[in-house]
Amino acid sequence: MALLQISEPGESAAPHEHRLAIGIDLGTTNSLVATVRSGMAVVLNDELGRSLLPSVVRYGVDGAVEVGYDAQARQAADPRNTIVSVKRFMGRGIKDIEHVESMAYDFVEAEGMVKLRTAQGVKSPVEVSADILRALRERAELSLGGQITGAVITVPAYFDDAQRQATKDAARLAGINVLRLLNEPTAAAIAYGLDNAAEGIYAVYDLGGGTFDISILKLAKGVFQVLATGGDSALGGDDFDHRVFCWIIEQAKLAPLSHEDARLLQIRAREAKEYLTTHGEAPITARLSTGEFVDLKLTTAIFNEITHTLVHKTLGPTRKALRDAGLSPDEIAGVVMVGGATRMPQIQKAVEDFFGCEPLNNLDPDKVVALGAATQANLLAGNRAAGDDWLLLDVIPLSLGIETMGGLVEKIIPRNSTIPVARAQEFTTFKDGQTAMALHVVQGERELVSDCRSLARFELRGMPPMVAGAARIRVTFQVDADGLLSVTAREQTSGHEAHIEVKPSYGLSDDEIAAMLKDGYTHASDDAFRRALREVQVEAQRLVEAVQSALKEDSHLLSTLERAHIDACMARLQAVMIGDDRRAIDAAMDALSKGTAEFAARRMNQSVQRALAGKKVEEL
Amino acid sequence: MNFDQDHFTLFALPRQQGLDAARLEELYRDLQARVHPDKHAHLSPAEQRQAMQRATRVNEAYLTLKDPLRRARYLLELAGHDAGLETNTAMPAEFLMAQMELREAVAEAKEAGDIDALDARHRTLKKAVRGEFEALQAALDAGEYERAGELVRQLMFQEKLLHEIDDALALLDA
Repeated sequence: MALLQISEPGESAAPHEHRLAIGIDLGTTNSLVATVRSGMAVVLNDELGRSLLPSVVRYGVDGAVEVGYDAQARQAADPRNTIVSVKRFMGRGIKDIEHVESMAYDFVEAEGMVKLRTAQGVKSPVEVSADILRALRERAELSLGGQITGAVITVPAYFDDAQRQATKDAARLAGINVLRLLNEPTAAAIAYGLDNAAEGIYAVYDLGGGTFDISILKLAKGVFQVLATGGDSALGGDDFDHRVFCWIIEQAKLAPLSHEDARLLQIRAREAKEYLTTHGEAPITARLSTGEFVDLKLTTAIFNEITHTLVHKTLGPTRKALRDAGLSPDEIAGVVMVGGATRMPQIQKAVEDFFGCEPLNNLDPDKVVALGAATQANLLAGNRAAGDDWLLLDVIPLSLGIETMGGLVEKIIPRNSTIPVARAQEFTTFKDGQTAMALHVVQGERELVSDCRSLARFELRGMPPMVAGAARIRVTFQVDADGLLSVTAREQTSGHEAHIEVKPSYGLSDDEIAAMLKDGYTHASDDAFRRALREVQVEAQRLVEAVQSALKEDSHLLSTLERAHIDACMARLQAVMIGDDRRAIDAAMDALSKGTAEFAARRMNQSVQRALAGKKVEEL
Repeated sequence: MNFDQDHFTLFALPRQQGLDAARLEELYRDLQARVHPDKHAHLSPAEQRQAMQRATRVNEAYLTLKDPLRRARYLLELAGHDAGLETNTAMPAEFLMAQMELREAVAEAKEAGDIDALDARHRTLKKAVRGEFEALQAALDAGEYERAGELVRQLMFQEKLLHEIDDALALLDA
């Protein structure tokens, strides 16, 4: 509720309570979890002191689910049940995925998102990602010794709506309360900017395992404003590995490989790539199940030659982002390098040549995103220390539109619009007596619907029959602070209202999520109940404290009658929150929230007026 | 503060085409620092929705005021002047001739994949547009809404061409 936040700028409403908040970098190759401890963002290690969790999940025949290094170690032996780089499948159909032929999986084509058949049944990428997220949540809970209030989860800036929705669904499935989906380059900019007190215009060049992002940000007076973003959600370090893999097959003149041998050579390809970061040439040796022996040397010169088109592929989106921001390369104060793949010397050189300045590498490119996410999570959870305050203004990466006649796209929200954003457009009927209208929501930059990504189709029904062109159907797109879209449509002239919320066709339905959650709870159901009850009790306590502190400061904004109503709602909540009836607590919280909504609005207005009066917040 | 007020009032700025851009930026940040959903992320869903709506409103107002063409259109709207932006396509013959020639040149450069030529066209067009914006401000200040409407229509035409050049450059880059 709004009462809490504006109570005392620079201080949380309940200063003694530190809420456990985490930042998660859910990467293609590796994932990390970080938190803010004594004012410092730190990555949380596993019990063996390792910070990275390989984004690998193995579904064993024996029913065991292994995540991380254990799964990674078994991948060549059990490639079909060991899922690597699952992020590449999030929100994607099989035709969207490159190099399918060299992947050892048993793909199942499903409505919307591709699925994988494993020893433990058919798994969606959302479920696989949820297993990774669950491992990170458990690591954090063990390490912090308590319940996690919420998490910020990072996504590539260039992720579309379907990919974002899939990520949020995975978090829900893993029992994580998502405070915000945060764009990876923006997270890196927070970590870098706060660390270096940077001001000016910066570029973040983020080449991860499977995705490439470029973001242009303006850093000024505690505001991180994204001016433009661009990228390629299917380009990353994996593609460099694949080029080396193809080179090995070509050089060693290998016949078609078994799944196990293919996975083995993919591992060798990655090792060779990493070795070349610090050496002039890399030996590649492997004994295959056929008895063949691979013994090759990969030099830097050959590696650069076979991968130079990939390096070049990152510069197109970079130029586009600069153009969208209305800037030239020399106006950039610095380029922050993010993602393990930026360690490759030819990437460093390409970036240096393009921007004409040496890239900034003083933060660990593997960790910077998780650290930024943790910092933001800490802020969102309300753990601000005095003076510790900043604002993120992010954008959507791709335009959102609707299909019109002839398969063309009418753009409703252009790319690089600052979020949250809403835009409405009016459409009309083209037939006499038409009572329904089909709407097709798409995302992308191209003019033809067939070249854009289809997000959702829905129908507005039950309109009163009118002559063609008389109906006025207002379609409103709303993108929230997570970059997620909802669409509503309404017929205006008749006063008749039809109202539809849209879920992307690639996302999971609420029923599917509920079913998966239920599956998960059969293993730990009483645990889940206690957890849920505890969560709602904490929420309730927080709400009561917020209202009390707001009343202390601003009760002059209320009439006696209004005050009495709020007091009554609060007493009711305090009475039920000690019990174990979750529904009663929910209902009482809802009543109190509603009862204080007007009060919150008045306080917000008062605070905004003060802001506009040009006074410093601290002086109020 | 009433979020139903017009954009200028919301930002406490004078209702006119001339605008102190630095002041607008500053006010925008101050307002967002108060209403942005990130500031209300730990609150109830209802309050988060309210924050989203207010931040959306502030973003919309900011975008409208920041862009001189959208600002001018908005001023005409507030003045109750219908500039017939969707219906009125009448423009001076001289202007149309010049635009047609420019379009042809752009199409040719696009065909030939000539990035430098496209870049050069972009620059000259941008310069021409700047001059017209000055005229537009003068017209709005003087309350000459007919003239302002005509300039807005011309500028919309030109901005569209600028966008097309941008898109062509993006395609050549890919």
